Amino acid sequence: MIAEDLKDFKKFTPKTLPQEEPLVFGHRACQGCGEVLALRMVAKAIGSPMTAVSATGCTEIISSPYPQTAWAVPWIHVAFENAAAVASGVEAGLKALMAKGRIPEKKITVVAFAGDGGTADIGLQALSGALERGHDFIYVCLDNEAYMNTGIQRSSSTPFGAMTTTSPAGKLTAGQTTWKKNLPAIMAAHNIPYVATASPAYYLDLMNKAKKAALIKGPAYLHVYSPCPTGWRHSTDLAIEVSRLVVETNIFPLFEVLEGKYIVRKNTKPKPVEDYLKQQRRFSHLTPELIQTIQKRVDVEYEKLLKLEAGSQPTQTKEDAKKE
Amino acid sequence: MASRKGMEVSIAVSEAVKLANVDVISAYPITPQTHIVEHLSELVADGDLKAAFVPVESEHSALSAAVGAAAVGARAYTATSSQGLALMHEIMFIVSSIRLPLVMTVVNRALSAPINIWNDLSDIMAERDCGWVQLFAINGQEAVDLTLQAFKIAEDPRVLLPVAVNLDGFILSHVIEPVEMPDQETVDSFLPVFKPMVRLDPDHPVTIGAFGSPDVFLEVKKQVEEALIGSQKVVKEVWKDFETIFGRTYKPIESYKTKGAEILLVTMGSITETAMTAVDILREKGQKVGLIHIRLWRPFPFKEFFQAIRGAKALAVVDRALVPGGAGGPVGLEIKSALFDKKERPYVAEFVAGLGGRDLTVEVFAEMMEKAGRYAQTQKEMRYEMIGVREK
Repeated sequence: MIAEDLKDFKKFTPKTLPQEEPLVFGHRACQGCGEVLALRMVAKAIGSPMTAVSATGCTEIISSPYPQTAWAVPWIHVAFENAAAVASGVEAGLKALMAKGRIPEKKITVVAFAGDGGTADIGLQALSGALERGHDFIYVCLDNEAYMNTGIQRSSSTPFGAMTTTSPAGKLTAGQTTWKKNLPAIMAAHNIPYVATASPAYYLDLMNKAKKAALIKGPAYLHVYSPCPTGWRHSTDLAIEVSRLVVETNIFPLFEVLEGKYIVRKNTKPKPVEDYLKQQRRFSHLTPELIQTIQKRVDVEYEKLLKLEAGSQPTQTKEDAKKE
Repeated sequence: MASRKGMEVSIAVSEAVKLANVDVISAYPITPQTHIVEHLSELVADGDLKAAFVPVESEHSALSAAVGAAAVGARAYTATSSQGLALMHEIMFIVSSIRLPLVMTVVNRALSAPINIWNDLSDIMAERDCGWVQLFAINGQEAVDLTLQAFKIAEDPRVLLPVAVNLDGFILSHVIEPVEMPDQETVDSFLPVFKPMVRLDPDHPVTIGAFGSPDVFLEVKKQVEEALIGSQKVVKEVWKDFETIFGRTYKPIESYKTKGAEILLVTMGSITETAMTAVDILREKGQKVGLIHIRLWRPFPFKEFFQAIRGAKALAVVDRALVPGGAGGPVGLEIKSALFDKKERPYVAEFVAGLGGRDLTVEVFAEMMEKAGRYAQTQKEMRYEMIGVREK
């Protein structure tokens, strides 16, 4: 039960941020990379002892150029689509070894890190399986909205209208022609204890969500917005500003789903989506009509989210909780 | 005390996995492996085997989860066949190159298309180059023994490679064979608790599966190749230990009535026992024939192979997989290339037979031996011959 897991949860404040650096400097990320910034925050918030599993992608490549590594915690990378499957094996292995007394029994947080490609597309099956089986682990999707590591190709998490190398702004089609896949909704549909969205501009919110995820037993899913100056074609000093605007415009609302109950961070006076779109050259080809289409969609989706919050009930009632 | 009784080979293999005290089983069902994972799930559900049973959602995840478990120092096991093994393909190469020990039973079944659930060796032959130690059982007892040995080989600090134990689908997996199941105490004296060389441990963090630039890749691959070649020494040591404790002998290349034989059948897997009957029949007729079967396929035991075929004038190689568009079958290719720079070598008649579960009878083996002898006399140039094709 989530309430039980979180009974000792104390929020991080700016004064109580953890000192530990599970991810150290010297990695090969691009200048201004929002993903590695978010990754560092998540890792610090989860803290040791942890065991990390990475899918192939930006994070994995920049952090493990043999013979160097940026990981000060145990870390394994196997392939692109199986972060959740490898993490399942890590979790099952640790549980079995502790049950058999071969290693001392203690809490070791298992965390899987993958990009949007390794989560929404090629990794979706393995993730769905791991969530259904109920493994006690955290899955962190670092969403930079395309296959950035291989050169900015579209994923199903690429937002509508965004230019990528496989959804170019051409004569017949203008950028991504489909809407971003709603990953948090898909994960919530698996009825796992905890789903949350986070943005590195709201670092306390992000770190506290990661901390909660680590305390909660069972699968937890964190969807972390990760700006990519290289792929989104914005100035390298703007990752935080972009991360703030995406929330302020309601394009990427911050919310949690705790045992099925939605809790949404309200934003009643959103900024126009144009403020966000105009900062990134991946959207520079958009016509005013397309921007309007995007604005309408963002408004509709945000209303849907508020309705979900109003209508969602926890999977257990207060009476059920009392019986326990 | 060991007891010998009739057991379905799949069940016997599951019992061997139980005796090996595995920690994690990741399982995805595919015919004809299903009885193994079903029985294992029963053993876990009843508390007879204290392992985590992870019912994954695909074979790719089955092997991936086993890798994750092995990485934290758990004794990990999985099993598959055919399409499942093909789906694992990507990960097969990764496991060996990141040097994590685990054991997989491959219940050999033909690769699609056409979709076919019956036995041949095309599934494992498509994984020939994945860097795993690969062993072949010819009967139920061997399936059990090789399974127990596999863990010991894999986990040896000089090896640290995954091991595939192959047994023929349906012909072995679903058949009741006389099996002597060892007792737990004896197995424990042979197979100690897994002591990992490297594991994911927060107290001693390591990075596994790093990115390898051209500056380092070659050296890593050389190291893995050396480990695989060097594993042969360990395999033989493990077999020696096994013989001491259990009394059964295992060799990389097994010989059957090869003394004075001029024509030798070369087989792998359960067809061997049928082929042995053919050898017996021809021997009774006074023909100088014999048989060798390959138990250790990877690393290939070149030395033992040359020793085993000494004196033979012709080899009748029985391949149960094809190398399409190439020189025949994988075993024939291996043997011909091994013999290439030998000044004296037997004639090699290569036969591709028994694909997709097509039955191989005693008569067919006799036919192959007869042909090998006849072709050798005229040194007939042949790449390979497909046996038993119905032209109409």
